Order: sequence, then C-alpha cells, then structure tokens
Amino acid sequence: MALQVEHELHRRRRSRNVGLGLVLVGLIGIVFGLTVVKVQQLGATQSFDHVVRPELLPGEEAPQ
Amino acid sequence: MTDLSTTSPLEGEAQFGDYFALLKPRVMTLVVFTALVGMLVAPVTLHPFVGFCAILFIAVGGGAAGALNMWWDADIDAVMRRTAKRPVPSGRVTGGEALAVGLALSGFSVVMLGLATNWAAAGLLAFTIFFYAVVYSMWLKRSTPQNIVIGGAAGAFPPMIGWVAATGSIGLESVLMFALIFLWTPPHFWALALFMRSDYDDAGVPMLTVTHGRRATRVHILAYTIVLAAFAVWLAFTPIGGPVYLVAAVALNAWFVKGAWEIWRRDEDMAEADKYLTERKVFKFSLLYLFLHFGALLADAALRALGVI
Repeated sequence: MALQVEHELHRRRRSRNVGLGLVLVGLIGIVFGLTVVKVQQLGATQSFDHVVRPELLPGEEAPQ
Repeated sequence: MTDLSTTSPLEGEAQFGDYFALLKPRVMTLVVFTALVGMLVAPVTLHPFVGFCAILFIAVGGGAAGALNMWWDADIDAVMRRTAKRPVPSGRVTGGEALAVGLALSGFSVVMLGLATNWAAAGLLAFTIFFYAVVYSMWLKRSTPQNIVIGGAAGAFPPMIGWVAATGSIGLESVLMFALIFLWTPPHFWALALFMRSDYDDAGVPMLTVTHGRRATRVHILAYTIVLAAFAVWLAFTPIGGPVYLVAAVALNAWFVKGAWEIWRRDEDMAEADKYLTERKVFKFSLLYLFLHFGALLADAALRALGVI
C-alpha cells in the first residue's frame, strides 16, 4: 500500500484537531492579554539603572 | 489498511463537540450568568478583560466539575432517558478521557483564576469543584434523599466566586446570593421529580419522592419556598439591592409561594387528573424566577452606575 500524505485518520479527527488548535490560540491570546493588563496596572515601573534618574528621587523637582 | 483505521469506526469517533458536551454547556450558561452578576454588582470594578477572563475560568472550572461528574455517573446516566446520550454512556468518549479532561481543566481553571484575580476566588472555585465532584457526585447523590439540597450548594457558589474575584472577600451580599440559589434548587428539582417520575427510580438514585413519598415532597417544596422568599427579599435591603430588585423579588416570591402552596394543597389524584399541570407550571416558572432575580440585581447595578439611584 502506497504511503498517503493524508491518512483517513486525519479526516476523522479533523474537528478535534481544529477545535484544539483554536482553544490553544485562544489561550495564547488570553495569557498575552492578561499580561498586558497586569503590566499596565503596575503603573510606572522604571527604576535606577546605574544612572540616577532625577524624576524618581522623592520630593525633588527634576532639574530642567 | 492500518489497525488504527479499522478499530474505531467513523461514527464512533469522538468529535470536538463531544468533549465540549462533557463540560455541560447548558449548566455552564447559568454559571456564567450568575457569576457575571456576582462580579458586576460588587463594589470593586475589575478591568473588563480581567473580568472576562475570570468569568471564563469560572465557567471552565464548572465545566471540569461536570466532566468529573460524567466520569463518575456514567453508569446511572446510561439508565436514565434524559442522560443516556451523554458522551460517556453513549460510548463516544471513554471514562478515562472524561476523568483526564475533568482533572486537567480543574487544575487549569483554578490556577488561571488565581493568577488573573486573587487566590481567595481560586480557592473557592477549587472547593466548588471538589464539592460537586466528590461530596455531591461520589458521596451523597446515591446515598441520601437530601442529595438535591447538597448539590444545590455547588450550583450556588458561582455568584460568590464572581464577587470574591472582584472584592477579595466574601461579604453578606454574596452569602445572600448563595442562599438564593441554594434554597431555590430543592423546590425547583422536586417539582421536576414530581412529574418526571420514573427516571430516577430506574437509576436507583434516592429522590425524596421515592424515599419519603410524594406527600412529603410537596411539604418540602412549600417549606423551602417560604424560607427562600425570606432570603430573596432580604437581599433587597443590602447595598446591592435597589428598587428594581425589591419590586421583582416581592412579585416573584409571592408568585412562587402561591405555586408551592398549590402544589402542597394537591394530592396525587388531583395531579394525575390534569397531568401534573401545576407542578409543570411551577417548574417552568422557577427557571424564570432565578433568571429575573439576578437580572434585577444587574438592573439596579446599572441604575447605580448611571447615578439614577
């Protein structure tokens, strides 16, 4: 019997595979969306990084 | 031909819809609706996307509990006409697959709800799944005629989970929303049991109608409905209640108590004579009853958001 690219099994399981694929794509979207929202809710997240950032010093006006 | 294609015939192959059916989509709609109301009436507002995800994870958790229930109850589902076509008793999905889907989605939904909102809500979801799958399905469903009462508790948790997802704590309002569904479930299902007589008997599930008789069931329906009415109206006087809910609760509960009273007044001869007309009417009305209560809570929340009340 010749090798077939599309086995009959693929056809039978198409709805399962397509469904599972969509679920996984949805999951990626949800995790990404949650990440975006959670990071936005953190507010400003910058910190000192070797160089002093005057706008982060408490109670001081940033020099012009 | 390989043996893969000969062992499972085309019509027996589980499709995606069969796995979805394991999650009891119709029960899920009630879970989604009540959890959504619980979340929207809460005094803390979630980011819309986080709220959407929380509802989704609560729904998936409820579905996982449904899959575990179908795995455990396949033997009695096969006997009852209403449930014989479910994926496991009909043979399209194996019991092991249902168990795997149930366990995987349980873990997934609890962890994701915890990450999206807070761990109190996630813990409550985990407890709900445990309660429905283990306490209700495995332990009490087949051993006590109070099974309906216990099972009602599992169905009553979603609005509380929605509330906790938003606020992080339980609060009186969410307890009263819990009580509303918890106390509504017994009269709802016992009214059904009165006119769907044979199914549960065949499966050997101890329903109150069988163990204590139909007279006792009618008394129980009336008793639970009266207690339910008190709790339902009480909710109107909490911060989440409002004019719409108060009017709806008074009218719907008056109607429901009247229906339960009529059920209580009738005996089997009267019921047989009109083919359980009153019982059927009360059962149908009880579905609307729950939907309208939660809809009214939502209406009052909308009025508050608009600054009308």
